[in-house]
Amino acid sequence: MRWLRENLFGGWASSTATIFLLFILWKALPPLVDWAFLDAVWRPDAKACRAASGACWGFIAEKHRFILFGTYPYDEHWRPAAASVLLIGLWIVSALRSFWRWWLALVWLAGLAVIGLLMWGGGLGLPYVENERWGGLILTLLLTTFGIAAAFPLAIALALARRSSMPLIQALAVGFIELVRGVPLISLLFMASVMLPLFLPQGMSIDKLLRAQIAMILFAAAYLAEVVRGGLQAIPKHQYEAADALGLSYFQKTFSVVLPQALRISVPPLVNSFIAFLKDTSLVVVIGLFDLLSTVKVALNEPAWTGFGVEAYVFAAAVYFAFCFSMSLYSRGLERR
Amino acid sequence: MDSRKARRIAYQAAAVAVAVLCAGYLIHNTVANLEDRHIASGFSFLAREAGFEIGESAFLRYSAADSYSRALVVGVVNTLTVSLIGIVTATALGSAVGLFRLSKNFLLRTLAGGYVEFIRNSPLLVQLFFWYAVITEVLPHPRAALEPLPGWFLTNRGIFFPVPGSAPVLEGFNFTGGMALSPEFATLLVGVSVYTAAFIAEIVRAGVLAIGRSQWDAAHALGLTRRQALRHVVLPQALRVIVPPMAGQYLNLTKNSSLAVAIGYPDLVSIANTTINQTGQAIEGITLIMAVYLTISLSISALMNWYNARVARR
Repeated sequence: MRWLRENLFGGWASSTATIFLLFILWKALPPLVDWAFLDAVWRPDAKACRAASGACWGFIAEKHRFILFGTYPYDEHWRPAAASVLLIGLWIVSALRSFWRWWLALVWLAGLAVIGLLMWGGGLGLPYVENERWGGLILTLLLTTFGIAAAFPLAIALALARRSSMPLIQALAVGFIELVRGVPLISLLFMASVMLPLFLPQGMSIDKLLRAQIAMILFAAAYLAEVVRGGLQAIPKHQYEAADALGLSYFQKTFSVVLPQALRISVPPLVNSFIAFLKDTSLVVVIGLFDLLSTVKVALNEPAWTGFGVEAYVFAAAVYFAFCFSMSLYSRGLERR
Repeated sequence: MDSRKARRIAYQAAAVAVAVLCAGYLIHNTVANLEDRHIASGFSFLAREAGFEIGESAFLRYSAADSYSRALVVGVVNTLTVSLIGIVTATALGSAVGLFRLSKNFLLRTLAGGYVEFIRNSPLLVQLFFWYAVITEVLPHPRAALEPLPGWFLTNRGIFFPVPGSAPVLEGFNFTGGMALSPEFATLLVGVSVYTAAFIAEIVRAGVLAIGRSQWDAAHALGLTRRQALRHVVLPQALRVIVPPMAGQYLNLTKNSSLAVAIGYPDLVSIANTTINQTGQAIEGITLIMAVYLTISLSISALMNWYNARVARR
């Protein structure tokens, strides 16, 4: 009773709001539950879906393999599935503080080698699959992982350069960071897909996946650099002075005193950048790569299943949400400690 | 000391040399490739006839007989239109949700929190596709239009509402009169507003939380009324915390409006993309896109710096 009075009916404004919201929920919830569950069609049957008044989850039931694995050969779907599980496992291991050791890098290298073997095949009795046929969830996860992995060292270099006392080096870093942060990611992706081939020497070409990956890496590097710079700025001045007093060189000072502390305090904002980056990989749909969002969009193009966009995108949002929300809970847990 | 100075100069010279060499190498390759593919360069194409129609133009008159430069200006105006309206709606919605999250009312607080978590943890592009599906697949056709407010009509052909002197009326298969938002414009506006509002809500919440209870108490102790305390003590301090990240969100919203290309609203990126496909002049097209967005970014940061200086002085 007391809880009710304090949290729902504390004063006339609060009571009005409560009554108004309850009225809206009472009006909106039953139709929503009817649509999503009671009247929904769960069987993969397009005709039944069109006849029903509820949601067509049958679309997901019918297309889930295509949505998750794209055009990867049907009989080999276990390979991207295993690669996805392994990749998610690597992320989880890296999130645990007790695994923050130097050998974690070796674990990652071994893990990525296994993932490469699973995805490409061509050995151990696995048929070769070229990367034009990779698609769905694993492509989203790989774009994110390699994007962050390659962008991170670049970001550290950029952040150090931006904090440098040498004006020309600082100017180069500021120019790059502000240029990339000032334009939309889409324009970088267009640039990679149409301009990168022009940049290369004649006769040399790189595939679409790698081009998109390069744009994503440059984009992530500029944003991560600003996060790392924030961490560097938060290190108190006496740490620098103490390192100088010990007679350490710039590189000793940076890599054994300042950077380890700066990165440690930057972990929560870094995780938030990773979330933003995972969401941003969905933009590759615009240049025609088969990530999770593209496979959903393509699955909707089949004439029998057009018109179920709401269900399809609710499903896509739920998959992204599962990844982003768990990362966000993790980041908040770190902040609270 | 001298050797240190020499080293500094050497490092900087090396960095600049590497940058210049890389740029030179890329330019060299590009020139060779362009010659090889017989692609023209330079901006002379801007004066040529565009030859494509644009779905909608917010204020300017445009036809396929107009030049590429006019088409691109239409794109810039469309981008600015959706961004400015989006900034207003996102600020209003976001501020309300941010204050609701601090409310003592459990229901209000929880619903606002759920909204923020859901929206922030899924990609904007998925949300745009979702809204587009809602408008084009779920909303009825004009003859069975929903009328949530008198004179306002929601249909799969767009959203219609009255303006002073003109109200939408059903004529044949569609509405005429009043103001009309196309499905694409409505999708983009709802999408970027709802998305950005979730981030603004967090900024507003943090800004209000940053001002401690003691500031209110001190203001009351000085004999200020609640209104005076808010105007002279709390708001100036909260704004100092809120304004810089808010400007960042406005900039994000403007950049995010470029996702218009994925749902077919003719913003700058979408029109520049058509131009690139027709003329083959990718470098010029992308340079134009980047130049426009950089101008917008720099203007917003300049405006923010000016405002910050003003707020800090008080």
